[in-house]
Amino acid sequence: MQKRLGLILVMVLLVGLIVSPVYAAAPRIGLIFAEGGLGDQSFNDAAYRGLMQAKEELGVEVIYVEPADIAEMEEHQRAYADLGLDLVIVIGFIHKSALEEVSVDYPNINFAIVDDTVENPNVTSLVFAEHEGSFLVGVLAGLMTETNTVGFVGGMEVPLIRKFEVGFVEGAKYANPDVEVLVNYAGAFDDPGRGRELAVSQNERGADIVYHAAGGTGSGVIDAAAANGFYAIGVDSDQDHMAPGTVLTSMVKGVDMAVFEVIKAVADGTLEGGVWSFGIVDGGVGTSEFNYTKDLIPQSVFDAIEDAKAKIISGEIVVSNPLQ
Amino acid sequence: MQNRTRAIRWQEMVTPLVAVILALAIGAGFILFVGENPLAAYKILFVESFGSLRNLATTLQRATPLMFTGMAVAFGYRAGLFNIGAEGQLYIGAFAAAWVGFTFTGLPRLIHLPLAIVGGMLGGALWGSIPGYLKAKLGVHEVINTIMLNFVALYLTDWLATGPFHGGSWVPETARIKATAALTRLYPPTRLSTGLFLALLAALAVYLVLWKTKQGYELRAVGLNPHAAEYGGINVAKNTILAMAISGALAGLAGTEQILGLHNRFIVRFSADLGFMGIAVALLGKNHPFGVILAAILFGALQTGSAAMDRLTAVPRELITIIQALIIFFVAAEYLIRRILRMKEGA
Repeated sequence: MQKRLGLILVMVLLVGLIVSPVYAAAPRIGLIFAEGGLGDQSFNDAAYRGLMQAKEELGVEVIYVEPADIAEMEEHQRAYADLGLDLVIVIGFIHKSALEEVSVDYPNINFAIVDDTVENPNVTSLVFAEHEGSFLVGVLAGLMTETNTVGFVGGMEVPLIRKFEVGFVEGAKYANPDVEVLVNYAGAFDDPGRGRELAVSQNERGADIVYHAAGGTGSGVIDAAAANGFYAIGVDSDQDHMAPGTVLTSMVKGVDMAVFEVIKAVADGTLEGGVWSFGIVDGGVGTSEFNYTKDLIPQSVFDAIEDAKAKIISGEIVVSNPLQ
Repeated sequence: MQNRTRAIRWQEMVTPLVAVILALAIGAGFILFVGENPLAAYKILFVESFGSLRNLATTLQRATPLMFTGMAVAFGYRAGLFNIGAEGQLYIGAFAAAWVGFTFTGLPRLIHLPLAIVGGMLGGALWGSIPGYLKAKLGVHEVINTIMLNFVALYLTDWLATGPFHGGSWVPETARIKATAALTRLYPPTRLSTGLFLALLAALAVYLVLWKTKQGYELRAVGLNPHAAEYGGINVAKNTILAMAISGALAGLAGTEQILGLHNRFIVRFSADLGFMGIAVALLGKNHPFGVILAAILFGALQTGSAAMDRLTAVPRELITIIQALIIFFVAAEYLIRRILRMKEGA
C-alpha cells in the first residue's frame, strides 16, 4: 500500500512537472484595437502584426477585439481585466480616459497603452517620436514637389496628430524653404471618403504630394492620389504596396515592434511598467524601404534624408514636439 | 368587442415575436455560411447577455438608452410625427447634462443630480421643438428637419467638446462631471445605473400621458387624423410642437443617462447611433412604451452578446448586425408575416 502511494505520488509529480511549464509558458494576452479596427492597413494592422508575431514566436495565447465605437472601450477593458489576462494591450490614445479608471480598479492586471501615457504602476506606456519620423518624409516631400506645394491630412485634430503635422512641415521647410504646406483634418480615423475628398481638394489647390496621418481615413488619401495622379505618403504601416509608385514612402511607426516587445517582457517575466519611447535610433519610426519608388527618387534626395536622420540622432536638428 | 381588442393585442405581440424568430433562423443560415456553428454562436449570444447577473446587468445597461430613444420615436409617431432626429436631440441633451454636471460645484447631490437630468431633458426638448415649430408654423416636413438638425447637433457638440469645453486630454471629450451629478451604479463593476429606473418611470409616464389624460387624447387624435382633430377643436399646431418637445426630451434623457450613468463626461460621438436604433426599437415595440422596453432589452442583449462574441470568439459581430436588420425588416414587412400566419384583421 505504502509503495503504491509512493508510486502514485511520483507519477503525479512527474505529470505536474511536464504540465506545469506548459501553463507557465503561455501567458494570455488580450488586445483591444482603436477605432477604425482591423483592415485599416495602417495603425491597427500594425498592432495586429505585432500580436501575431508574439503568438508565433513566443507561443502566447492571444485574443483581441475591435470596439464598435468609442463608448465601448471601457466595457472591453473591464471584460478583459475580468478574464485575469496576463496583459491587456489597448491601441490608441482614445483608450486613455477609460484606462485611467480601469487600471486603478484592477491593480493586479498588467496593461499597456500605445500612443499615450497612463501613470499607474501597472500600465506600460508605449510612445513614439512621430515628429522626427514625419520630419524625414517632410524632407522627401519638400525636395520632390514640383509645385512647391505639399499637403497633410490628419485624422482627429489632437496633439498626437499635430506631432505628425509639425514634424512634416518642419522637414519640408528645412529641405525647401519655399514650400507651402496645406493642412486639413478629417475629424475621424475611419472615414476614407472624407480622406479622399480632402486629398483631392489639396491637389486642386496645387499640392502634388499628400502625407496622411489618419489611420483608415488615409486609405482614401492614397486612393485619391492613385486616381488623380499625384503622390501620397503613407503612415504607421508600410503602405507603399497599396498603390505602387503612387505612395512615395510611408512613415513607418513600429507599433508592431512595441506590441511585440511588451508581450515579450511579459513572457520573460521582466515587465516593469513605465514609459517606453521608440524613436529614429531604434527603428521605432522611419521611412519604408522605397520598394516601388527607388527609381523615381534621385539619389540626392536619399542622401538628404540620410543626412537629416543623422542630424536628428546627433541632436543637430531638433524637431519641435507640440507635446512638450 | 372585448374579444376583438384582445385578438388585436395578441396579434400585435405575435408579429414582433415571429420577426425575431425568423431573423434568428435566417441568421443561422448566415452563420453556417461563414463556417461557424449557429447553435454554438447563439448559445454564446444568450449566455453572454442573460447567463449571469453580471451579463444581465450589462444587457440592461445597453438597453437603457434604447428605451429612451425608442420611446422618443414612439411618442412622436403617436402624434403623427416621424422623429428621425433622436440622435441629435440625444447629443444636445447629453451635452447639456454634462455641462450642468461639470460646471456647478459644491451643490448637494439632491439638487445637482436632478438639475443635470432636467438640463438634459430641456436640451433635448429644445432641439426637438425646433422642427416641431417649423412643421406647425411653416409646414416644413419634420423628417427633413430632424435629419438635418442631427448634423447640426453632432458638429455643434464636436466643437463644444473639443473647443471651449475640452477636458484637456487627447481624447475629444469634456472634463468629468462632479460626483454629485452622477447616477448611482447598481451592480459594479458593470456600469448599469439608476438610469434604468428613470427609463421605466419615463415609460410609465408616457403611457399615462398618452392614454389617461386629455392632452394625450389630443396628441393621439392629431396623430390619427390632424384634419379631423382640428375640426374637433384641437389645436394641431400646439400639439405638434408639444409632441416634438416631449419626444426630444425623451431622446435628451437617453443622452443624459449615458453621460451621468455611464461615461461621466461628454465624449465626442459617443452615441453610436442610439438615436437611430430607437427607430427600430419603436417599430419592434409597436410604438407602445411597454413594448419599447421589451424591444430595447432584446436589442441590448444582442449588442452585449455580440460584443462578447467579438471578444471571445472568431464569429464576426457583423452577423448580429445582420440579425438586427432582419428583425426590423420582418417587423416592417408585417403584412408578409400575417400572410404566413394566415391571420386576418380581427379574426
